[in-house]
Amino acid sequence: MKFMLMMNAPKGDGDWGVSKWSQEDLKAHIGFMKTFTSGLAARGELVGAEGLAMPAQAKLVRAGQDRRPITDGVFPESKEFLAGYWIVDVDSPERAYQIAAEASAAPGKGGQPLYMPIEVREVMSAPPIEV
Amino acid sequence: MTAASSQFAHENLLRELAPQVLGAVTRRFGDFGAAEDAVQDALLAASLQWPKEGLPDNPRGWLIQVAARRMTDHIRSESARRRRETIATTDPSLERDVAPRVGLPSLAAFVSSSGAAEGEPDDTLILLFMCCHPALTASSSIALTLRAVGGLTTAEIAKAFLVPESTMAQRISRAKQSIKTSGVPFSMPTPKERADRLAAVLHVLYLIFNEGYTSSFGSRLQRTEVSSEAIRLARALRNLLPDESEVAGLLALMLLTDARRPGRTGPDGELIPLDKQDRTLWNESAIAEGVALVSAALSKGMVGPYQVHAAIAAVHDEAKRPEDTDWPQILALYGLLKRMSDNPMVALNHAIAVGMVHGPRAGLDLLKTLDADDRLAGHYRIAAVRAHLLERAGDREAAIVHYRAAADRTTNSPERNYLLTQAARLAADGV
Repeated sequence: MKFMLMMNAPKGDGDWGVSKWSQEDLKAHIGFMKTFTSGLAARGELVGAEGLAMPAQAKLVRAGQDRRPITDGVFPESKEFLAGYWIVDVDSPERAYQIAAEASAAPGKGGQPLYMPIEVREVMSAPPIEV
Repeated sequence: MTAASSQFAHENLLRELAPQVLGAVTRRFGDFGAAEDAVQDALLAASLQWPKEGLPDNPRGWLIQVAARRMTDHIRSESARRRRETIATTDPSLERDVAPRVGLPSLAAFVSSSGAAEGEPDDTLILLFMCCHPALTASSSIALTLRAVGGLTTAEIAKAFLVPESTMAQRISRAKQSIKTSGVPFSMPTPKERADRLAAVLHVLYLIFNEGYTSSFGSRLQRTEVSSEAIRLARALRNLLPDESEVAGLLALMLLTDARRPGRTGPDGELIPLDKQDRTLWNESAIAEGVALVSAALSKGMVGPYQVHAAIAAVHDEAKRPEDTDWPQILALYGLLKRMSDNPMVALNHAIAVGMVHGPRAGLDLLKTLDADDRLAGHYRIAAVRAHLLERAGDREAAIVHYRAAADRTTNSPERNYLLTQAARLAADGV
């Protein structure tokens, strides 16, 4: 079964104040994410993973009367933002939760775990084969 | 020969023969889209059969024969289908469209003649012109070129571009449809069109190279294969067009850029800038080949942008230490490029070179003139360059602000990490 693990950036500074971290903290965090994702791939659990560009680049789009796009900026201060996601293919929801917990404890400032909230959602699948 | 090395040799041979076989089959049957599918089938059959049964005496003829048989089957089933439809609609015009260009019975003669001959060396070139046709979008051209000319399977291309195989298959079939509707003939472009069409081919090969080069980090390491494939195709193109200086320039640029790949990332996949790289890791033989290529091309006198970019890469590659870099030479080359094209990125790099030769303040002054360029407004690169120059000018606080602004704007994650690290380094200095 497939799950999407969504890493939401908190509202406010939007990125755990990452621009104020020390070089060592950044290095540890980046190293963790790399090892974490390549570990998922090595175990054959990784379907896909992407990090998203900063909310400052984000646009909110609606169709106008003429069906053409009307774009608005978004306000990173006012809401949580999807910062990135993993899609994993695992045998049980428990395994997906385990993976999410691992990601949640990624090191942050001073090497302390971030305890990020990771939203776990099952990916809808095709109907089962009739027997 | 060991099993592994013989498999490697088979794969190389197949990849090399792929465009030649496709050329022969397209020439014979006229339907590029169907021929391309038939050749993929033949390549697959060969990759299963040859390792077990050994290489056939005439591998090219073998592939053509298998592909031609597939084509015949395809045409028979198509015409049967159309006949049924024609009967149903009684529209006689349909029947004309389905007839193959040449009658089927001559198949045996066709296979033996095209199998024995050396083949048409220009077929690879015609295919490149076709797959990189300006009527196609860049992503379609890239996918189709890798499959039809590079002989890669859809699954391999999908894996390299991190998209589902069905998406890539769809992209390829749409590209073939566009070729069909645009009515591009399977032939060399006219002399009048040739320069534009060659420029499109070079552009697509460069995009393929870049696709692999700029994204080859961490879990995406497999994408280095994409760059290697671009180099292989550029090399093939250079063999076909040895007198085109820009083809040599593009190949040289790829080699000289790719040579630095081993020094470009650290153990955690972090981006290492040029002046901090361990230059002993650079690939010396690629540098030597690139330098020789670009020197020979420049001496011919038909100087184009790829050659100048290659020359700049060569100046960097030839410096044993960053401080040995011949910046006045690079500045002169960027000046030349600026006169050739109105590319804002070139103007930005020119400003960096000015900063290196005439001091950071001179570079910053030049940047101010670029702020007015809409194409650069809000682009992370201008913020990153400004931060770098401000740092060199000793304005630490302002440099931090611009490094952070650049980090917020880039959409490339290793680059973002690099920029944040620069800001963090400067912030720590101030404590």
